[in-house]
Amino acid sequence: MQYSQKHLLGIKDLSKEDILAVLNAADSFKVYTQRDIKKVPTLRGRTIINMFFEPSTRTRTSFEIAGKRMSADVINIAGSSSSIVKGETLIDTVKNLEAMNCDILIIRHNEAGAAELAARYLKNPVINAGDGYHEHPTQALLDLMTIRDHKQTLEGLKVTIVGDIAHSRVARSNIYAMRTLGMDVSVVGPPTMIPVDIEKMGVKVFYNLEKGIQEADVIMMLRIQMERQNKTFFPTLREYSNLFGLNLEKLKKAKKDVLILHPGPVNRGVEISPDVINGPHSVILNQVTNGVAIRMALMYLLLGLNDETVN
Amino acid sequence: MKLLIKNGRVIDPASGINEERDVVVEKGKISSIEKKGSVPEDGFKIIDAQGCIVAPGFIDMHVHFREPGFEYKETIESGAESAAAGGFTTVAVMPNTNPVNDVRSITEMIVNIAKTKAIVNVLPIAAITKGLKGETLTEMADLKNAGAVAFSDDGMPVSSNEIMRRALEYSHMLDLPLIQHSEIKDLTKGGCMNEGFVSTELGLGGMPREAEDIMVYRDISLLPRTKGRLHVAHISSGNSVDLVRQAKAKGLPVTCEVAPHHFILTDECVRGYDTNTKMSPPLREQWDIDAIKEGLRDDTIDIIATDHAPHDTVDKEVEYANACFGIVGLETALPLTLKLVDEGVLTLEKAVEKLTLTPAQIFDLDKGTLKPGSVADVVIFNPETAYKINAADFKSKSKNTPFDGWDVKGQIVHTIVQGKIVYSNS
Repeated sequence: MQYSQKHLLGIKDLSKEDILAVLNAADSFKVYTQRDIKKVPTLRGRTIINMFFEPSTRTRTSFEIAGKRMSADVINIAGSSSSIVKGETLIDTVKNLEAMNCDILIIRHNEAGAAELAARYLKNPVINAGDGYHEHPTQALLDLMTIRDHKQTLEGLKVTIVGDIAHSRVARSNIYAMRTLGMDVSVVGPPTMIPVDIEKMGVKVFYNLEKGIQEADVIMMLRIQMERQNKTFFPTLREYSNLFGLNLEKLKKAKKDVLILHPGPVNRGVEISPDVINGPHSVILNQVTNGVAIRMALMYLLLGLNDETVN
Repeated sequence: MKLLIKNGRVIDPASGINEERDVVVEKGKISSIEKKGSVPEDGFKIIDAQGCIVAPGFIDMHVHFREPGFEYKETIESGAESAAAGGFTTVAVMPNTNPVNDVRSITEMIVNIAKTKAIVNVLPIAAITKGLKGETLTEMADLKNAGAVAFSDDGMPVSSNEIMRRALEYSHMLDLPLIQHSEIKDLTKGGCMNEGFVSTELGLGGMPREAEDIMVYRDISLLPRTKGRLHVAHISSGNSVDLVRQAKAKGLPVTCEVAPHHFILTDECVRGYDTNTKMSPPLREQWDIDAIKEGLRDDTIDIIATDHAPHDTVDKEVEYANACFGIVGLETALPLTLKLVDEGVLTLEKAVEKLTLTPAQIFDLDKGTLKPGSVADVVIFNPETAYKINAADFKSKSKNTPFDGWDVKGQIVHTIVQGKIVYSNS
């Protein structure tokens, strides 16, 4: 199975084969990450630029570790979220970085379409590390990897995504990926956080958490973005938490072997209670571990290296 | 100079002419329209319009020429050249310049620059409120005396109900229409495209069509009491077309316009994040287009106006959400309008009417006809000439169009203003 794309801009562009190619490669790379000596020479001499226009701990670090474990030179750049105010446009910034001969550009940006814009002007591969509310493809891939680790299969599984679907790039990327792989997806949240016509993406909509999680094999809780509190998406955090927060009581309605994912960062006690985070269903830290393997696999695949060079 | 325009098919909706005739132009006016081949050619400069339509020069009541303030995007001079290349002999410029056209001195300045630099008629539209802030009315009478042909806070619609009421009342005294860009701003805040399935997939902020509908409804509701005249700018929502239709049925003084992109493109074009698909109001959905075409067919939509909105690459080659709203339209208006004729939405005669006579009537301009004695503003175009749109060739300073590279039909051959040829395609 081969990864056929030049970039990773969004899951929407990927075929089932593309997705499985990344997951399978990531399974192999995960082995390295568990050794005492984690570094392999695969990307020695390659330069990877990690350009984050938005705050991020997990994703930025994960990409950095992935690159370094493969012996690439990883450069981190924290851009201002508004390049226009700073004077240099995104296009100029990425062209300048390319002029320094970087091999992969990883970009996180607060505006939808930013990675696609960068890719339009670049010859080398671009990885979208999250663009506005559009896509966060590596997150979806690491989520799938985590689910497959625990359920052995993906096709036919029922997944319920809970929270602010409208402002979630994680939800969009996961919906595309899961629908492509033949999984059954439901979304749960208040109507103010369910974007218009989401059903056309092939998902079911619930406004009731208990109903939405009843048949789920996987529950994915999304972060409530506290910084958006001044908008009128729900009256209070208290009411949101009462209706859509996952706690042990509500979890009783779900299957016994349900998996619980969260892309982080978690607001403990808001969308998910501490006892659920720490409980047996939670695979939140496995997601983080797998994130490194997924990103190693992608860097490897995008640079078009063949199997021999891995070892 | 005497001009004889021969062998063309003359379409003049005002006089009901739609047949092959020869047009005689003298001293900047139409002197007569004669039987084909009946005029001796001696002493005339001859224009052979074989295979072409000869019509009154087009009138676009909604353009942005960016002067003063944003001359790097467009000037009155370059905008006028763009207009001439598109067959427009008269355009009205919106007041959202810097400074805003909200005082006599700015209106006069525009009139003066137009007089010396513009090759077509450029008419100023003045602001409804000072600084487009929606708080206090401009000196509308003074502005009218200085040359303003209408009032608009285009782009910054009058949100206060009270101010809009007073503006309609006050402008009634002056018998000039108010042009409203209908948009309830708190419904579109953070939005940059139509709210629908495509915005959901792209993760871009939505601008629901209700933002347009609600303001159209409010403004129409104010008409009976205020007796003001309302012209709805660039209608894009199918529901708003219905609202205007109902208001017209009640005999209320409302008119409206549509821009070509709103009857051709849907929000599907936004996929790929090409910022030349970003405009306000945004590209909507197929059913809106269907409703707009029905509105054109039954004359609910009175005129076609381009909302020519030039922006430099620095305003457009950025992240979608950060890009300026708007596209240039003057040099693509004819071929795009002719698509309506091809589809049977409008007859060619009706299409010409919506680009000439009707805007002249709505804005009380002594233009838009080829009747003898009228000013000789004439366009000659070949509706069959096929070509590829090439934005790089635009006369406009800005090239921001989603139609670059489109194969179209319908080319301007000559544009004549006051009897003088100001543009020829050669």
